[in-house]
Amino acid sequence: MEFFRPTSLSDACRLKSEHPDAVPLCGGTDVMVDINFDRHRPESLLDLTAVPELFGWSRYDGHLRIGAAMPYTAIIAELSAEAPGLAIASRTVGSPQIRNRASVGGNLGSASPAGDALPPLLAVDAEVEAISAAGTRRIPIHEFFLGPKRNALRPDELITAVHLPVARGPQQFAKVGTRNAMVIAVCSFSLALHPDAGRVGTGIGSAAPTPLPARKAETFLAGELTDRWAEPTDLSEDVVRRFGELVAAAAVPIDDVRGTAAYRRHALSVLARRTLTWTWADHIQRMGQR
Amino acid sequence: MSVSTDTVRRTPGGVGDSPVRPDGTFKVSGQFAYSSDLYMDGMLWGTTLRSPHPRARIRSIDVGAALKLPGVSAVLTHEDVPGEKVYGLEIADQPVLAFGEVRYQGEPVAIVAADHPETARRAATLIVVDYDVVDPVCDPREAVGHPFWKQVHDEPGERTAMSRDKAPVHPEGNIVRHQRVRFGDPDAATADVVVHGDYEVGMQDQAFLGPESGLAVPGEDGGVDLYVATQWLHVDRRQMAGALRLPEEKIRLTLAGVGGAFGAREDLSMQVHACMLALRTGRPVKMVYSREESFFGHVHRHPALMRYEHGADREGRLVYVRAHVLLDGGAYTSSTPAVVGNASTLGVGPYVIPHVAMDAWGVYTNNPPCGAMRGFGAVQAAFAYESQMDKLAAAVGVSPVEIRIRNAMSEGSILPTGQVIDSPAPVADLMLRLEAMPLPAPAAADIRLLPGGVSNTTHGEGVRRGVGYAIGIKNVGFSEGFDDFSTALVRLELVGDEPSVLVHTAAVEVGQGLVTVQAQIARSELGVERVTIAAADTQVGSGGSTSASRQTYVTGGAVRAACEGVRSLLIERAVQRYGEGEYRLVDGQVESLRDGVVGDIASLLLDGAVERTAEWRHRPTHPVDEHTGRGDAHVQWAFCAHRAVVDVDVELGLIRVVELAAVQDVGKAMNPDAVLGQIHGGSAQGLGLAVMEEVQLLDGKLRNPSFTDYLIPTIMDMPPMRVEVLELADPHAPYGLRGVGEPPTISSTPAIVAAVRAASGVDLKRVPIRPEHLVAQGSRH
Ligand SMILES: Cc1cc2nc3c(=O)[nH]c(=O)nc-3n(C[C@H](O)[C@H](O)[C@H](O)COP(=O)(O)OP(=O)(O)OC[C@H]3O[C@@H](n4cnc5c(N)ncnc54)[C@H](O)[C@@H]3O)c2cc1C
Repeated sequence: MEFFRPTSLSDACRLKSEHPDAVPLCGGTDVMVDINFDRHRPESLLDLTAVPELFGWSRYDGHLRIGAAMPYTAIIAELSAEAPGLAIASRTVGSPQIRNRASVGGNLGSASPAGDALPPLLAVDAEVEAISAAGTRRIPIHEFFLGPKRNALRPDELITAVHLPVARGPQQFAKVGTRNAMVIAVCSFSLALHPDAGRVGTGIGSAAPTPLPARKAETFLAGELTDRWAEPTDLSEDVVRRFGELVAAAAVPIDDVRGTAAYRRHALSVLARRTLTWTWADHIQRMGQR
Repeated sequence: MSVSTDTVRRTPGGVGDSPVRPDGTFKVSGQFAYSSDLYMDGMLWGTTLRSPHPRARIRSIDVGAALKLPGVSAVLTHEDVPGEKVYGLEIADQPVLAFGEVRYQGEPVAIVAADHPETARRAATLIVVDYDVVDPVCDPREAVGHPFWKQVHDEPGERTAMSRDKAPVHPEGNIVRHQRVRFGDPDAATADVVVHGDYEVGMQDQAFLGPESGLAVPGEDGGVDLYVATQWLHVDRRQMAGALRLPEEKIRLTLAGVGGAFGAREDLSMQVHACMLALRTGRPVKMVYSREESFFGHVHRHPALMRYEHGADREGRLVYVRAHVLLDGGAYTSSTPAVVGNASTLGVGPYVIPHVAMDAWGVYTNNPPCGAMRGFGAVQAAFAYESQMDKLAAAVGVSPVEIRIRNAMSEGSILPTGQVIDSPAPVADLMLRLEAMPLPAPAAADIRLLPGGVSNTTHGEGVRRGVGYAIGIKNVGFSEGFDDFSTALVRLELVGDEPSVLVHTAAVEVGQGLVTVQAQIARSELGVERVTIAAADTQVGSGGSTSASRQTYVTGGAVRAACEGVRSLLIERAVQRYGEGEYRLVDGQVESLRDGVVGDIASLLLDGAVERTAEWRHRPTHPVDEHTGRGDAHVQWAFCAHRAVVDVDVELGLIRVVELAAVQDVGKAMNPDAVLGQIHGGSAQGLGLAVMEEVQLLDGKLRNPSFTDYLIPTIMDMPPMRVEVLELADPHAPYGLRGVGEPPTISSTPAIVAAVRAASGVDLKRVPIRPEHLVAQGSRH
């Protein structure tokens, strides 16, 4: 097995175009598990941990650019206000050791339906920045997931960053697992309120072949909230319940070793209701403080 | 002059103290060498090819391509087994390497030695096995051929003649053992209040952290040295001798660092395989299972289907219990017969019951073999009988604590086997003490401490609190007439002018603290602080199994007996030197009871070392009658009780155990810290069974052989504990001690389930509880 360890983005890019089969490695928390379990034996590894451009984050025009290799621990510490949904999701990932190494870039690379960073990215319409020898492009998150563990990246491309708007409203993430920590999601849900745009965003995890948004639920809720953003009042139980039903209906779950399809739908409706209640209460409070 | 007790000097680090474990620092700092760390220059790596099918006939095995792979030194099949082709703890029926037929997924078929573990694994994939796949028998009810579970009536009929012929996994039939217990007149007994229940326990794994591993080194005498993590060196050796066709003295075992056991190392895993490869190649061979392979490489806890009926008077005093316990033993016998023995003889719990009819079966299926795991048959039954006690309490309108007190056994009570409980049995006292403990504060403000933990699923919505109680009973030591002994060699000598004790046994340290307690006993008995524990190996007599909560009792008893021998020899020297009198050894000194200190132990040792080997047995036990269960089967009983406080998110079906409280009678706390450690750890393992741990099977195949999906409790799942330890001496046991390791595993599961029932109102019948069991599915989208 060949091992490349570029120290600049341009070198990384060149190596990837010369060796399209080289498997990129950020935190290695998915790659090394696959190698150890003998599921995958790549010809070569492209270690990105010495590429400074992939770490850290920056802010521009009301947006964030989060480096692909920035570990969850750093996201939690530095971006809880700017990217609250992603930060809450980051707290639920693995264990402290995993969070110290694992990255959003790796989560996107793996494109597992259970990737916890992914629903919050859907809920805020993030974009994935990818680079190749041919240049840089941005892939809308809604076009990124093609199937279970398949994404829209070309073989010669590397993920450099994700772009997302700085939060202007409340965001939430909740994940059901059968253990109180260090657990793969049975299902998960993220909700982002975008008061300025009069929109809401959603993301469902672990309940379909890919992470996916609950479009009908978004449209329904945005409609219900149309005239209420500026002077918010409590939501009726009917609205909350209907939102939950629409989120559950958007899922395409299966029965597997972690849970049944029926339970996943049920749990999603509960998570949708709760996250809506929390975010809306948060919004009411923020408006009250103005 | 007699020495008053409060001025008696004691040797530091003796019985009743909690000296630091000799291996503690190494383990905590990552320097301890486990069996998987073994290394020797020039060694080969062994690997195992396993059956992908739960049941198939083997038409042929072609190892040609594997042998041709560069780096491969040997590829062996059943044809290469030098001696007996089958082995087993109680019945030799498990093939060393499959021949003719495979009976469970993961059964070893061939073994490979190569110069690199990767090469060995690649070679294994090149072995061509032609299987004729057969439908497996996966439902134990189907296996016994008598689906009493699917009966319309509650009264099960007698087993019919067809039972043995239905889909036999083994030619002689599928019933490993059927044990009946009949006490009083259970057929005629009637009662005012009757409660029924069907219960199910899923397949739990021991989930030790150090996978099966060892290093076999061929000896110049044609024998072999094996360094291995196991639970009983001598019984491994006996089975290996048969398979390897070697006299036992040519097989030398040395214990390597054991990373947990919990019963999973009682059966052989890689022992014979590594030795076959080493003997064939003439090179040292190391084998280490991966985590996934480990799930196939050892037995699991028997899953159980249970049907219980309890009858009581209006005050809740039990009149009768009728019970059926069906244990799925999987493909081979392992220790199923003894597990059935425990489930039947202890299967109605620590209660006084005038009439009992209990039937317990252990059966063969094509599921993974099941055998020993902490609690051993007592765990499964306790989930059923404790669930029943709560039902009975509700039916007569008394509290769970009260129903148990009204029926509690005590010293002098008679078990349904007719055996008299002839040592303290503080069942009622344990319950009262638990009830008197303060309850934890209401639901936490920190959302990480709510159900769902760090996953942020509730901020208090849907959370209900519940409290539950349970108690269990466990036998200590090997029962039913087994000749259960341990051997200890103790030598007292001068090492650099200082008296020093060497204790040598073959008893296995699996993390429980045996090395510490052996030294403590030597210190107290010989008055010498410096004690060395020799590595456990087969150069000394058998230490018996590290299981059944027996080592402190039996090997502890042997160490004490050997120390007593050494002490008498030393005191003879004291008499010679200081004249007639009564002497004791304490803190390095020789004390005359009349004159006080007369000299030191070191000076008595100038004449040379003093050594004794003792073989020590607990009092004999007896087999039970097959049809009635009559017989004094057990040595000792141990009792632990739990109170669980849980928060349940009733909408999501998620659980957080808020607190576990335990009271256990340990007879004598030999090492109070280690006692607490056992109670904490055992309770955690019971918690795992209650809320998450299950080897899931589909048509005989494992669905979750990894720690990704076989979940064990984390620190976020295991709550702080309140523990009270009682020391009511058992007059029959050394120091009055009781075995400690298993009882806490038994009662924590039913206590947690009771608490979850109380919180949710759901009548739970199965462990582990899954969220689906708690929420009405498909209803409230
Ligand atoms: C014990 C444990 C617990 C875990 N718990 C969770 C959990 O709770 N939730 C969760 O979502 N995940 C969990 N995971 C999975 C894993 O930690 C996450 O998916 C993590 O985000 C992966 O990040 P990484 O940097 O380690 O990725 P890596 O392992 O380095 O890479 C993952 C994949 O992405 C590709 N890749 C990496 N970087 C790039 C790049 N810059 N460009 C293109 N492709 C790239 C790799 O080639 C690989 O295919 C867990 C893993 C372990 C071992």
